[in-house]
Amino acid sequence: MLDKALCGSKRYWTLVMILAGLAGAGTLAYIYQFQNGLGVTGMSRDVSWGFYISQFTFLVGVAASAVMIVIPYYLHDYKKFGKIVILGEFLAVASVTMCMLFIFVDMGQPMRILNVLLYPSPNSILFWDAMVLNGYLVLNIVIGWTTLHAEKKQTPPPGWVKPLIYLSIPWAISIHTVTAFLYAGIPGRHFWLTAIMAARFLASAFAAGPALLIILAMIVRKYTKFDVGKEAIQSIGKIVAYAMCANVFFILLEVFTAFYSGIPGHMHAFEYLFAGIEGHNKLVPLMWISAIFAIISLIMLIPPGIRNKESNLVKACILVFVSLWIDKGFGLVIGGFIPNHFGTVTEYWPTLIETIITLGVWAIGFLTLTILYKVAISVREELGTAKSEY
Amino acid sequence: MSIDRRKFLKIAGLTGIGLGLSAADLLVKNAADASVASHAGSRAATRLGLVIDVNKFRSDADYQGIIDACHSIHNVPTLIPEKNNPKNEVKWIWNDTYNHTFPDQVNDYHPEGLLKKPFPLLCNHCDNPPCVRVCPTKATFKRSDGIVAQDPHRCIGCRFCMAGCPYGSRSFNWVDPRPYIKKLDTNYPTRTMGVVEKCTLCVERLARGLEPACVEASNGAIVFGNLSDPESDVRKILNVKFTIRRKPSLGTLPSVFYVMGGDNHVG
Amino acid sequence: MYNGGKIIAGLIIFLGLVAYPFYSNMGRSIEKANPSLDTPIINQLEKKECVRPKEIMRTEHMKVLDEWRDAVVREGMRGTMLLGGRIYEKSLQNGCMVCHSNKAQFCGECHGYAGVKPYCWDCHFVKEEGLL
Repeated sequence: MLDKALCGSKRYWTLVMILAGLAGAGTLAYIYQFQNGLGVTGMSRDVSWGFYISQFTFLVGVAASAVMIVIPYYLHDYKKFGKIVILGEFLAVASVTMCMLFIFVDMGQPMRILNVLLYPSPNSILFWDAMVLNGYLVLNIVIGWTTLHAEKKQTPPPGWVKPLIYLSIPWAISIHTVTAFLYAGIPGRHFWLTAIMAARFLASAFAAGPALLIILAMIVRKYTKFDVGKEAIQSIGKIVAYAMCANVFFILLEVFTAFYSGIPGHMHAFEYLFAGIEGHNKLVPLMWISAIFAIISLIMLIPPGIRNKESNLVKACILVFVSLWIDKGFGLVIGGFIPNHFGTVTEYWPTLIETIITLGVWAIGFLTLTILYKVAISVREELGTAKSEY
Repeated sequence: MSIDRRKFLKIAGLTGIGLGLSAADLLVKNAADASVASHAGSRAATRLGLVIDVNKFRSDADYQGIIDACHSIHNVPTLIPEKNNPKNEVKWIWNDTYNHTFPDQVNDYHPEGLLKKPFPLLCNHCDNPPCVRVCPTKATFKRSDGIVAQDPHRCIGCRFCMAGCPYGSRSFNWVDPRPYIKKLDTNYPTRTMGVVEKCTLCVERLARGLEPACVEASNGAIVFGNLSDPESDVRKILNVKFTIRRKPSLGTLPSVFYVMGGDNHVG
Repeated sequence: MYNGGKIIAGLIIFLGLVAYPFYSNMGRSIEKANPSLDTPIINQLEKKECVRPKEIMRTEHMKVLDEWRDAVVREGMRGTMLLGGRIYEKSLQNGCMVCHSNKAQFCGECHGYAGVKPYCWDCHFVKEEGLL
């Protein structure tokens, strides 16, 4: 079926070439980083994790969001998701790939990465993260590919796929619970030391992932004959609405605990992010944009009258995605390091090389997504099953 | 394909035994490593630690002396902080103010002398070290004598230990350290870029029967010994002086104690 | 053949790239590696023997170093060895390289011939040479 990715329109090839070009630029930038050390990034002794890990943290959520489509469709026979399930599974594949690439480019000694397997350390959450991410990648590739292939052959999928699909549901929850545990178990970082971290990850994942899926489904509908169906998009829109409400609620819970208790360690990170400390305020504009986008998106998502119009829904989804990307991509990881353990502030901002490498990894992810989507779309277009009946 | 009950039970049983054996094998292999990785507990026969009495440091030169003693024999690079942003800094032992050393123990009415007094900071070689707990390759591990050791050969540079350490004791080699080594000590290797490093409590000196370099250079301001031995020098001080440790509420059980007491106490 | 011209052209380019390492070295004669033991310390030794027999070291020195590394760093077992009246530390820098101080003519000979770059020298160095 991969051959379907080798024939396409001029528009398809242009997209592929642009993404490949960005990926190439990212690779060259990575070679520069590999030779000169991670000092070429904006990370420092105080802020020892930066853009790469924060992108990984955000994308783990997007990867897990496929479960929001899988549960209704496979567990509850919600037929309206019939056409969009494959898009969700392939989005999961692309996202997990990006997660693992971001971890790889962040490592100081990437050539030694097999040490994680050679010297397994079950006490380390990073070890478990490596295990569950790889497992999830394999699960989604196998499930997506097998079901699509069976569809192409116009036969029901083989029986062994069903248990794998059921397995993928708790596995999806596990990937971002484990990633949340990376942060939530660290004794010295009060911004992260909260039981609600895993729940926040779930809520923001189930908002950002399906939001991206809606955007992608609408792009696919505009440029190909593949139409997932109006009702599928509306249902996912409801999921995004509820998840975003939960996510904003959880953040407000955190704000309450921090500021009502008045404990300095809990308040400081919020102060740095939203007001700045002692003149250090690089992240303040970004965090307020994230907050404002979140509020506007809720205004657009909650009332059905506004949400039901697809043009509003897609705008709200873009706001949700950007808001949550800032929240996880800048707020969560970097906020955990500032102020440092001595109470002083060392700020962080990604450098140019870091940004190019990041864009390169995103490009590889979207290239993977493009190719997989092309295969799925072409298979269905040829079968004549590209339009959903809902 | 249909399968009868007997065949199913046979296959399931064999699978279970096979999985059990391989799991047991993995656990046994890891038990040796695990016993080093988990915390030794205060009932261990040896728990090495330090007692630091800042009142015995009389001048800036005293502090610089202990820093130089450590950094010079370990080829620690001197990466000049750019524009007061300590970005790529590598340091095993350094000074900071009282407020920065004990940020959970500040009040508005400390003696001015205390606020101005520098405190030496280094790895606390905790008895319940979070850095060891989070390391995915056991590159950092706890020895049976209590020292939290670093294996720079195994470190993959993921910096999870740096996120996990509540004391900011660890440094990463963001760049190749070699051009920044002021004076090479030929008895000790350098590190390479991409690995984490920190105070090792001078294990190579301990093996030769010497005290850690900072202890020797401190002229009695830093005392080294076995916290589990009631007759040791460190325990003798701890028995009579009030000492505090950094961030004790986190449960990391640091092994570095700071004598508190103001200016009148007799050393 | 459909698209035959492109296929044949592609095949020729592919073979050209893949076979490059072979035909670019044709006619070149490469000397066998000849590691030199000519160092001040070794010249002084009465009996030229290493901590392991020569044949074992030739094939297994990397294993020996690996074992030493784990024993010294991870287990704290730094036991020294007495050999021919000399004390040897279980150490690359303070053991092996004390005798074999001609790194380029000793280690480098075989490593260069085999085309391997062990990462030991990222951290360790020969005392007399320093960091070069």
